[in-house]
Amino acid sequence: MRFDYHTRYSQGFALLRHKRDWIGYGLLFAGLLGAPMVLSTWMVGEVTYVFILAIASMGLMMLTGFTGQVSLGHAAFVAIGAYGHAWFMAQGLPFAASMPLAALVAAAAGLLVGIPAIRVHGLYLAMVTLAFAIVVEQVIGLWRGVTGGFMGMMVESPSLLGWSLGAPRVFYYVCLVVAVLVLVALANLLRSGIGRAFVGVRDSEAAAFALGIPVARVKAGAFALSAGVTGLAGALMAHHIGYLTPDAFTLLLSLDLVLMVVIGGLGSLRGAILGAILISMLPKAVAVLKTFLPDALARQFGLEIFVAGFVLAAFVLFEPRGLNGRWLKIRAFFETFPLYRRDMFRRQKAYMKSERNK
Amino acid sequence: MTSDPLLLLDDVALSFGGVKAIAGLSMQVHPGEVLAVIGPNGAGKTSMLNLVTRVFDASAGRILFKGQDITRLPRASIAHLGIARTFQNIELFEAATVLDNLLLGRHRFGSGAWWQQVLRTPDVTRIEEEHRAKVEEVIEFLDLSPWRGALVAGLPYGVRKVVELGRALASGPELLILDEPASGLNPEETRDLAFWVDDIRSDLGITVVMIEHDMALVSAVADRVICMAGGRMLATGTAAEVQAHPDVIAAYLGT
Repeated sequence: MRFDYHTRYSQGFALLRHKRDWIGYGLLFAGLLGAPMVLSTWMVGEVTYVFILAIASMGLMMLTGFTGQVSLGHAAFVAIGAYGHAWFMAQGLPFAASMPLAALVAAAAGLLVGIPAIRVHGLYLAMVTLAFAIVVEQVIGLWRGVTGGFMGMMVESPSLLGWSLGAPRVFYYVCLVVAVLVLVALANLLRSGIGRAFVGVRDSEAAAFALGIPVARVKAGAFALSAGVTGLAGALMAHHIGYLTPDAFTLLLSLDLVLMVVIGGLGSLRGAILGAILISMLPKAVAVLKTFLPDALARQFGLEIFVAGFVLAAFVLFEPRGLNGRWLKIRAFFETFPLYRRDMFRRQKAYMKSERNK
Repeated sequence: MTSDPLLLLDDVALSFGGVKAIAGLSMQVHPGEVLAVIGPNGAGKTSMLNLVTRVFDASAGRILFKGQDITRLPRASIAHLGIARTFQNIELFEAATVLDNLLLGRHRFGSGAWWQQVLRTPDVTRIEEEHRAKVEEVIEFLDLSPWRGALVAGLPYGVRKVVELGRALASGPELLILDEPASGLNPEETRDLAFWVDDIRSDLGITVVMIEHDMALVSAVADRVICMAGGRMLATGTAAEVQAHPDVIAAYLGT
């Protein structure tokens, strides 16, 4: 166990507190910077896709993990970001202007969904967002003038100041930079007033009101922020796919995003990223697994979904705090070696349940 | 005391359908006093508190804080006036640390504009350091330093009660409303609480309204006691006077 000796309060809320963190994250960043030099083009594309999913997953984490609002319809915001971006670019807007604009459009849509969210909780909110996702999918399919309908829509190749960003190895860096910027921005938000207000609304609305937090505004704002970040991921996704059709943004994508934040561990940005890595690797892992399975099993339809469901169930049963919880435990094991106890992270049972005056 | 009341309830009523939780209650809280509100269960003590903190809408009457009508203010604006409260059944932010809970108490003082928070400008760092310094004062005042970084979910009940008191203090109130602060505390913790309430009033200059059943604590710290029953005020005076009042005895014993 390490005890920090701080001489300034700012040391207590620094993003990277120890030399160890600087070294660890520095090495990781250097590794990611160097990765395209050694990886095959196909692998570079896969890692790029993980970055994009990680951005979307962080967006949903802000909403579900930190503000406690369920959303089963985040694929809709990915779609709005993707189509918005593609449409703006088709109108002649430059890549650098179109992307934030698409994120803003998604954020506006998020605000629109967030307004009913002020009134409904839990399961009902899940249904509202689910309905929204279905509506968006249909609208995209039918609004031929803008989205190209079910026929789909070409996405123009990205470029910045005359430099083409379309090549996989270049686009990799674009996505890496955006992912890092989003991560730092959200981490900053979480360690200041707004992030604390999110957590306050999640854990006790009654207390949040009593401390002067405008609960309704915070909830709607969390929806807008979450949708905006997810929309940004959608804009990058548009280039990654290259050709947009409505069936790229179905309910399955929404569920994948939910799986990412739950398996990653609710209430942690690291969890969102770890979850995105795991969920995006799962289909590949299943593909590898298939080569070892008997033919009759390997050809079964829906094996991927079965494995995804199985992994989720296993996490809920054995590691409810997700990958981030596992990470914290492993870290604690090495930090306190050899004093780690199995119950170190077990939550004390609360015998008193409060009746909330909502 | 002859000064203007800090808090004034003027013929306030609250009914849920046919149930009259509070029926024509008028009372005053003077600046700098510790006022204890006692009464049997269902007397409307917590309802009165919920009216003041705008959880419920009063069906009649007016509530004035420092002369300002707060009867119809939005619920989230009460804290900004300088009214803080604790809850009968602890309402802490369970999955956050003690430090974060106390920092949330500072919410009403702001943390800079949202874009400043996203960019973490030097201004935000400075404000956060100020918040932290204020919170550290509260931590020192309430002896919470062993728990500073602990998650609330893992804390013993008695400590949670203190954290909740600390969170209310961190919001820098003029009026502090405590809803059964001693319920579930052991005698030692209750004694600590009595000292703290006294210090809060004398050293920090905060007016305290306290709903409490523990008459030993009430006698020890309260300057004035109000007894409520059936949504009305039965008696007011010192703890001994109220305890000896025939209506109060009747309300508790049912004769």
